[in-house]
Amino acid sequence: MTNHWNDLKHADVLMIIGANPAENHPISFKWILKALEKGGKLISVDPRFTRTSQMANVYGQLRSGTDIAFIGGMINYILENELFHKEYVAAYTNASYIVEDTYSFNDGMFSGYDKGKRSYDKTKWAFKKDKEGKTLKDPTLKDPKCVFQLMKKHYSRYDVDTVIGVTGTAKETYLDICKTYASTGEVGKAGTILYAMGGTQHTVGTQNIRSYAILQLLLGNIGISGGGVNALRGESNVQGSTDFGLLYDNVPGYMQVPTTAESDYTYQGFLDRITPKEGYWINKPKFYTSMMKSFYGDNATKSNEFGYHYLPKLSAGKNYSFMRLFDAMHRKELEGLLLFGSNPAVGGPNAGKEIESLSNLKWMVAVDLFETETSSFWQKEAGADPASIQTEVIFLPASGSFEKEGSVTNSGRWMQYRWQAIKPKGESKADLEIVHMLARRLKEMYKNSSNPADMPMKAMTWDYGESDHPDIDLVCREINGYDMKTKQQVKKFGDLKDDGSTCSGNWIYCGFYPENENLSKRRDSTDEGMSNFLNWSYAWPANRRILYNRASADLNGKAWSKTRVGIEWNAAEGKWKGNDVPDFVVDKGPKDPTFNDPFIMMAGGKGALFASINEGPIPEHYEPYENPMSNSFSSVQLNPAVQFGEEEMNAQGDVSKYPIVATTYRLSEHWQSGAMTRSQEWLAELVPHMFVEISEELAKEKGINNKDKIIVSSARGEINAYAMVTKRFKPYKLKDKTVHHIGMPWHFGYKGIVTGGSANRLTPHIGDANSTIPEYKAFLCDVRRAK
Amino acid sequence: MEFTRRQFLKLSGAVAATLAVVELGFDDKGAQAKTREFKIAELKPTPTICPYCAVGCGILVYSKGDDVVYTEGDPDHPINEGSLCSKGTTVRQVYTSEKRITKPMYRAPGSDKWKEVDWDFALEKVAKNIKETRDRTFIHKEKGLTVNRTDSIAYLGGAALDNEECHLLQKLFRAGLGLTYIEHQARI
Repeated sequence: MTNHWNDLKHADVLMIIGANPAENHPISFKWILKALEKGGKLISVDPRFTRTSQMANVYGQLRSGTDIAFIGGMINYILENELFHKEYVAAYTNASYIVEDTYSFNDGMFSGYDKGKRSYDKTKWAFKKDKEGKTLKDPTLKDPKCVFQLMKKHYSRYDVDTVIGVTGTAKETYLDICKTYASTGEVGKAGTILYAMGGTQHTVGTQNIRSYAILQLLLGNIGISGGGVNALRGESNVQGSTDFGLLYDNVPGYMQVPTTAESDYTYQGFLDRITPKEGYWINKPKFYTSMMKSFYGDNATKSNEFGYHYLPKLSAGKNYSFMRLFDAMHRKELEGLLLFGSNPAVGGPNAGKEIESLSNLKWMVAVDLFETETSSFWQKEAGADPASIQTEVIFLPASGSFEKEGSVTNSGRWMQYRWQAIKPKGESKADLEIVHMLARRLKEMYKNSSNPADMPMKAMTWDYGESDHPDIDLVCREINGYDMKTKQQVKKFGDLKDDGSTCSGNWIYCGFYPENENLSKRRDSTDEGMSNFLNWSYAWPANRRILYNRASADLNGKAWSKTRVGIEWNAAEGKWKGNDVPDFVVDKGPKDPTFNDPFIMMAGGKGALFASINEGPIPEHYEPYENPMSNSFSSVQLNPAVQFGEEEMNAQGDVSKYPIVATTYRLSEHWQSGAMTRSQEWLAELVPHMFVEISEELAKEKGINNKDKIIVSSARGEINAYAMVTKRFKPYKLKDKTVHHIGMPWHFGYKGIVTGGSANRLTPHIGDANSTIPEYKAFLCDVRRAK
Repeated sequence: MEFTRRQFLKLSGAVAATLAVVELGFDDKGAQAKTREFKIAELKPTPTICPYCAVGCGILVYSKGDDVVYTEGDPDHPINEGSLCSKGTTVRQVYTSEKRITKPMYRAPGSDKWKEVDWDFALEKVAKNIKETRDRTFIHKEKGLTVNRTDSIAYLGGAALDNEECHLLQKLFRAGLGLTYIEHQARI
């Protein structure tokens, strides 16, 4: 989230698209309702009429996988009717930048496409520079090659009738949504966009979110209270685990992993590749070197490039992400799998194929509270033949969240501490203890090795105490970072150094533990202004509660709205002050040429309306991998930058055989793969059965009654479920046909107190062109009554 | 009442329970007499954060010995102000569920059942498996470049863990052991 949960109450209009917080983030609704009590308007856009839709002023029906068309039409409406925030767009975004003549767009394709590689040469979309290397701009936004004009032209194709022919939204409703949301472009008004996996889990997921960001920038809704682009994250610490680099291509703090590319042969070459020449990221070498000092301590020296070659280098160009990992397992390239609270047998796409792949492993380690479908994939009840599966499985019992201590980071980036309330149950242990004991054992095994390949293990420091129980305070101090000589805690990430004199496990968290106080433990719930609760816990970065808050003030540094003050320039004191920690150099005044550059992480300091990601600099609608109609916007059906994995893992269904559009979702009473919630009595009793929601019209066509046992099939598999015949789904009237749409929860599996068919046995094994997130949210299927 | 809600946690046992009751609008003196019967009257609440979604609601846990007696929404928490959803409300059962696995277990190749084992056995197995696969599949150099990696062991998980755990996991598996297949729920 750019903003945070309490801040939702300051919005004038909230648009919830691809999320259902009333059921999946129920307490967030406390703050949404406060906005509505003050006269705010709620828009809900979803394929299904959810409990969130029930609370909304207007509900827009949207076929799964058509967000870019939906938002594109809104952007067109705003541009055509000049409803955007003019000063903000001209001064705070890259609308005025002139794009190179090599940029073009024609019939769904941008310039620079390589068909063989399914990728673009992004240099074709670069900004035009003058002789001194400065980006050319037209502040009047009239140059036909400026971002604003290119965007206007691009989106002019997203007229209302074409859009609703794709999305299936009623025209009157769509226009109402455009008008209501565009009203936040007025100076002083705030609109917020809330999204979740309904936005991301598509082959165009990243461009869906880019569309939301473009809309928000046009309306001047970023950086202000009650605004923002807000991802409603689904796990208690999925924000933290991402921050801490548990992804193949990220180390902590959103920095890159070295590869075998030529540039990466030396640390300096690698840093040159990953460090931009402008924007706050110019400090990356300080953060990277400090991180390596936290890994290798005194063994990271200037003469060994601070331990750079100890780090594993990815094979250049190889994708190691979740689906490709299972592809590798399918090809028998993987021998071992370690699972720390993870259940892909229920949560992974095309789960049936992923489960099959598990038996190719030599060994598996599962660390969990409950027996999961993944850890028990070899059992008879999983449909397996145990004797034929040679995988050795070790299950390590983990303790629950309040049986240990440590911090988690919520969606609003608040790092909150959890104290230990009780001893771990039985012989279970905290994951911290498990990884500590494992690391100590492995360190011991490698202790006397002189093999150069073992040097990273020997060089890695592990100084968290000599007992089996690690001292968590020492871990916290290392994450924040300290001076290597004096061992004094570093106060802020601005103090980190690239000469090896400081360490910091994760630069974005540097500052949570200055001196001798762990600020994630703070419990002062005083609202000192704009519900930012600056003394409650700690928010990264630098305890800022609203990102890019410089943009909450106008070109003179005064708040756009008196009732919505983020930070303001205080001329008398010569600094930025207000209700938040400035996301800006605190004493940078109006005389500085970069005074009006609020987006400090970006080269040039402007919000990116135009940004080069894999499938193009401006979002364009493509149909999902499986879809019921030809693309109305171009002759290009699928996102041209999507990469394919193992063919055998990814069977594709055709609309003639699977005519129904399907999507998956979550329920209040269960959580993710259900491993925790289906193993508890009360929650199991509240929702004991797998069900599929189908419209009354589809039920009639198929001869299905409410509560009938049905079978849902896709090109990947079949599952059994109960039919829930509902008015929440309606047939979609598209351009040239009517299609049915169904939806189902994905929480079920064969373990726990209650069991049921896993929706992910149906979902495709293909993902987004940038993030490789699977396209769980839009696929084709058929339903029939079970005999 | 002179106490602010923030002071609530600093107060112990009976007094805290009395305050909570008074805030619900009960008669002060009557409630004070009643508190002696409350199971949590003698217990100190421990603040925690809900383990499910990322709203990050505060929960107070009242435990005694090896039992979680009671849990409730943290009234001081600025986001949930004491309220909780169906999952947050039932968080006690994450501890009390009979389905919890409380001992390490081992499944031998080809076997159709788990066998309970001790921690020493389990950890030794894990460490040996990792070392054996890593050492055999490890690529130290490739075309003259030190690459220090293994593409034969994968790591998954982290979204339900603490930050401190994530830090140590990424440190051990990437910086120490050289794994490349490191992924978790954020990707899916």
